[in-house]
Amino acid sequence: MPPAIEADGLVKRFGATTALAGASLSAAEGTVLGVLGPNGAGKTTATRVLATLLAPDEGRAVVGGYNVITEPHRVRSLIGLTGQYAGVDEALTGTENLVLIARLLGQGRAAAKARAADLLGQFGLSDAAGRAARTYSGGMRRRLDLAASLVGRPRILFLDEPTTGLDPASRNELWGMVRRLTDDGVTVLLTTQYLEEADQLADDIVVIDRGAVVATGTPDDLKARAGGAVLQMRPTDPGQVAVVTRIAGELAGSTPTVDQDTVSVPAGDDALMPAVVRRLDDVGVRLAELTLRRATLDEVFLALTGRHAVPGSSTDSDSTTDRELV
Amino acid sequence: MTLDRTLAGRPAADLPAAPPPPSRRATPAQWASQSLTMAWRSLVQIKHNPSELLDLSIQPIMFVLLFTFVFGGAIGGSTDAYLQFSLGGLIAQNALFLTVYTATGLATDLQKGTFDRFRSLPIARSAPLSGRIMGDVVRQLWSLVVLLAVGVALGFRITTSPLAVLAAFGLLVAFTVAFSWTSVLLGVLARDPEKVQIYGFTVLFPLTFASNAFAPTQTMPDWLQAWVSINPVTRLADALRGLLVGGPVAANVVATLLWGVAFAAVFGPLAVWALRTRV
Repeated sequence: MPPAIEADGLVKRFGATTALAGASLSAAEGTVLGVLGPNGAGKTTATRVLATLLAPDEGRAVVGGYNVITEPHRVRSLIGLTGQYAGVDEALTGTENLVLIARLLGQGRAAAKARAADLLGQFGLSDAAGRAARTYSGGMRRRLDLAASLVGRPRILFLDEPTTGLDPASRNELWGMVRRLTDDGVTVLLTTQYLEEADQLADDIVVIDRGAVVATGTPDDLKARAGGAVLQMRPTDPGQVAVVTRIAGELAGSTPTVDQDTVSVPAGDDALMPAVVRRLDDVGVRLAELTLRRATLDEVFLALTGRHAVPGSSTDSDSTTDRELV
Repeated sequence: MTLDRTLAGRPAADLPAAPPPPSRRATPAQWASQSLTMAWRSLVQIKHNPSELLDLSIQPIMFVLLFTFVFGGAIGGSTDAYLQFSLGGLIAQNALFLTVYTATGLATDLQKGTFDRFRSLPIARSAPLSGRIMGDVVRQLWSLVVLLAVGVALGFRITTSPLAVLAAFGLLVAFTVAFSWTSVLLGVLARDPEKVQIYGFTVLFPLTFASNAFAPTQTMPDWLQAWVSINPVTRLADALRGLLVGGPVAANVVATLLWGVAFAAVFGPLAVWALRTRV
C-alpha cells in the first residue's frame, strides 16, 4: 500500500534563510510519524507544505495519494490541520466554531449542529459549548482546535507541536486522543520538540535539523543510537568532582561530561547506577544529586549529529539542572 | 469516549467499493454557500459582543451631532441647511471608515491562525475573503440606516424618490466593496489589528476631510481645491447628495464608479499577490 504521506527532497527558502534543505519523509497509513527537531529546524514549514498551505521551491509531496502542488483541493478534503497557534475564532462559541467548519464542508444545518455537539462531547467541552472561545483556557482552546480539525473526519491529521505550552494533564489527555485516532486508522504526522512525546506516540521518528533529515527510525532505534538513559551525579563536596568523574567513567566505560559540578555519563544498562553508588560509598563520596534520566533531545542530537541541537544549549541544560535542585 | 470510525487504514480489499475521488475544486454554488457561511461567521459574533453594534452606531451619530451643531451654523448658515449638505458627506466618510473593519478582521485571522485553518479546508480559495466582505456590507447597511434615521430625526429631508434612495444604497455598497481591496491589502501587510487601525485612520482621515464632505470647496486654497474636486470622497458625497436631496447625479455617479473600478483594478491584484506571497 502506498504511504499516506510521502515527501521527497523538499526545499523551501525564505529570502536568505533555507527552511527546508531537501527533507524527505514518509508515513504508512494508520501510523504516527513523529517529526522531531529543535525550534527553527523546519518542522512547521514541512507541515505547511504537506498541508498545502505553502508551495515548496523544490521537491514533491504526495498526501493521501494526491500531489499537494497539483491537486491541493483533493488533499485538503482528506486532511485535518492543527497548528502551533490554535486557529479557533475567539469571538465565536465552541459550538459556532465547529458548526462553521461543518457548514463550510457542506453539511446541512442540523447535521452540522449534531456533529459539533458530538465532537464537543468527545473533547469534554460540552459545558463550555455556548461560551465564546476567548474565555477558554489554553488547554480547552487546543482541544477545540483539534476538534475543529476532525469535523470533516480526516484520514490524515497534521499536528504541529500540539502540546507546546500545555500543562502535563492536558498533554496526557491530548496524547490519549491521538492514540484513539490512530486506533481508528487515521494517519498522524506530529511535530514536536520533545523526545518523550515522540517516544510516547510515534511509530516512526524523523529527526530534522536545519531543514534536513538527520536520522530516521523507530523510537527504540533512536534511543539506542543516542545512548538511552543518562546517569547524572553531583557530589556534595565540589572538590570530589574529579573522583566521581574517574569512577563513573571507569564503570560506564565512556568519558563523562562535566557541567560545573554535575557529572553526566551515558547509562548503557541498569547495573550502572547501583555499581556507581556502591563504589562512591566505598570511597566516602556523598552525593547531593543522583538522577537516572532519559536522554534529552539535545543529547540525541549530540549523539546523532555530533553537535548540539541549539547553539549554547549546554548552558541551557545547566540551568535546567539548577532548577531541578531548587 | 470514542472517536469516529473511518475506513482509512484498512486494506483496500476490505472496502466494499473505492470511495469516489474528492472533487478538484469548489463549484460556484459551493463558493456562494461557503461565502455566506463566512459572512454568518463575521456577523454572529455581534450576538456575543453587542457592543460592536454600538460601535457601529455611536461614531456616526456622534459625527452627525457634532458637525451639525458645532460647525453647521458657521459653515452652512443654519444647522438645517448644513445638515442637508453634510449628511451625504458624513455617509461617505463613515462608509470609508467602516472598510477598516475588513482589514482588522483579516489581520486578526492571519495573526491567530484562523486563516490557515480555512486554507487547509477543501473550500473555494476566495470564500474567506468574499464572506468577510459580505459581512462588512451588512455592517455598512446598518450604519447607513442609523445615519439616515438620525439625520431625519434632526430635520434632514429626503427630497427625491425611493428609487433614488435605493440607488444611493447600491452606489455606496458598490464603491465600498471596490474600495475594500485597499483594506484587504492593508490587513495582509500589517498583520496586526492594532497597526491596521493606525495605518487605516492615518490615510482615511486626510482622505475624507480633504474633500467637500463637510465644507464647500470655495474657501479652500487653490491647490487643495484641485485635489478636492477629483477626490473620490467628494464625488461619492456629491453623488449621494444628488440621490438624496437632488442636484447633479449622473457625472458624480459615473466618477464614483470609475474610482471604484480603479481601486479594484490596482489594489485587487496587489492584495491577491500579497495574500499569495505573505501568507
